[in-house]
Amino acid sequence: MSGFLNSTIARKFAMALSGLFLVIFLAQHFFINITSVFSAETFNEFSHFMGTNGFVQYVAQPILIFGVVFHFVMGFVLEIKNRNARKISYARYNGSANSSWMSRNMIYSGGFILIFLVIHFIDFWVPEINIKFIEGDMSGLDAAGNYRYYDHVVHSFEPIWRTVLYIVGFVFLALHLIHGFQSSFQSMGFNNKYSKALKGFTTAYAIIIPLGFIFIALYHHLN
Amino acid sequence: MNLTLKIWRQSDAGKKGRIVDYKIDDVSPDMSFLDMLDMLNEQLNNKGEEPVAFDHDCREGICGSCSLQINGEPHGPDRMITTCQLHMRTFKDGDTIYIEPFRAKAFPVIKDLIVDRSSFDRIQHAGGFISVNTSGNTIDANAIPVNKHDADKAFDAATCIGCGACVAACKNASAMLFVSAKVSQFALLPQGKIEATDRVLNMVRQMDEEGFGNCSNTGACEIECPKGISLENIARMNREYMSASLKG
Ligand code: SF4
Ligand code: FES
Repeated sequence: MSGFLNSTIARKFAMALSGLFLVIFLAQHFFINITSVFSAETFNEFSHFMGTNGFVQYVAQPILIFGVVFHFVMGFVLEIKNRNARKISYARYNGSANSSWMSRNMIYSGGFILIFLVIHFIDFWVPEINIKFIEGDMSGLDAAGNYRYYDHVVHSFEPIWRTVLYIVGFVFLALHLIHGFQSSFQSMGFNNKYSKALKGFTTAYAIIIPLGFIFIALYHHLN
Repeated sequence: MNLTLKIWRQSDAGKKGRIVDYKIDDVSPDMSFLDMLDMLNEQLNNKGEEPVAFDHDCREGICGSCSLQINGEPHGPDRMITTCQLHMRTFKDGDTIYIEPFRAKAFPVIKDLIVDRSSFDRIQHAGGFISVNTSGNTIDANAIPVNKHDADKAFDAATCIGCGACVAACKNASAMLFVSAKVSQFALLPQGKIEATDRVLNMVRQMDEEGFGNCSNTGACEIECPKGISLENIARMNREYMSASLKG
């Protein structure tokens, strides 16, 4: 397997697969989050289920974390090889004449998303894991005996700096997905008469989902 | 027209190079880009200076030997042409033009603007062929039916002239478009099926060994390719490679 992953094509295939997996996860994350706009109760129930369900915590979550780590480690490995492939750079390089900014800067959009993810984990994931799995309190209740999840979200988006940081994170996510989502199909060998329609769908997805996340962040900030 | 040229000069592979400025006057808009460089070299010769070394052969867009990164794009700003087919009317009087060699670790500079593209030859040697019996009982190629669609696609792939513009354009100096064209021209034809598995595995392995970068699907190669080789070929090579790997 490690020998197989030495080849450029296999690496790109693995990059595409892990990316697609993360794209699907993103949709699931979005649909749970959006409930927070409509009903605090539904959001609390979903959150509690996700935080306490054995399958989610012990199977899905490790796979997800592996997917994220694999995607960015491989991203850096590929980037290093790419940089090595041209030792002396051009005095003049007109990249915008033949390719999109998004496609040429995946490492930067990806790098920013990684920083954002670390902050996001510290904001939401670490406190929950701490209460549930370190302190051992699986109830999901605050001192007053109510579910704490919704309040935690609302509270988190009170400061403007975090709201802005999340918005910037989602903008980079959109830029990353506009190229990455459709590109993953090409890496897996899918390029035919349906590709144009697929590109329309992936581009719409890459814009609408991050916009939705931005809406949620702003909604809680403004309320 | 009068132009300023900023040309990469490097006396040989081992030496450090640099950009040198040249002024050139009275360039006719009808000249080809290479004619213009010939004119410059004549002037340099007359002054007793070393002329600029650059690759060229057919000067009609079929051999793939002319190269040059012109103002940051391989074969210059026009589409679907090689440098020898680029005309000076594309530029304006007073323009400054950067002229650099195709840059890639796998294309080391030999002198000035000439790079060594033998890495492409080694990739071809690794699998870009079919074995045909030529000892007298050769089967006429036309005796084997090929459907029109596949024949057209194979022919499109076969128009690659191996110029290396795809590598030069790619931000990763990836050779995927070239290799995929060479894989596709056989993958689509019955004659190419016999060695298909080994071909794609060996050619990709050689490509990686030569130190080309990975494909980021930016599509720069397809835009800059003088022969319009499509990204579809890269997708086809990815499929061929993955299924060949599964077969072992
Ligand atoms: S694919 Fe196009 S750009 Fe690349 S070597 Fe062939 S003809 Fe040149
Ligand atoms: S000199 Fe032959 S293609 Fe330009």
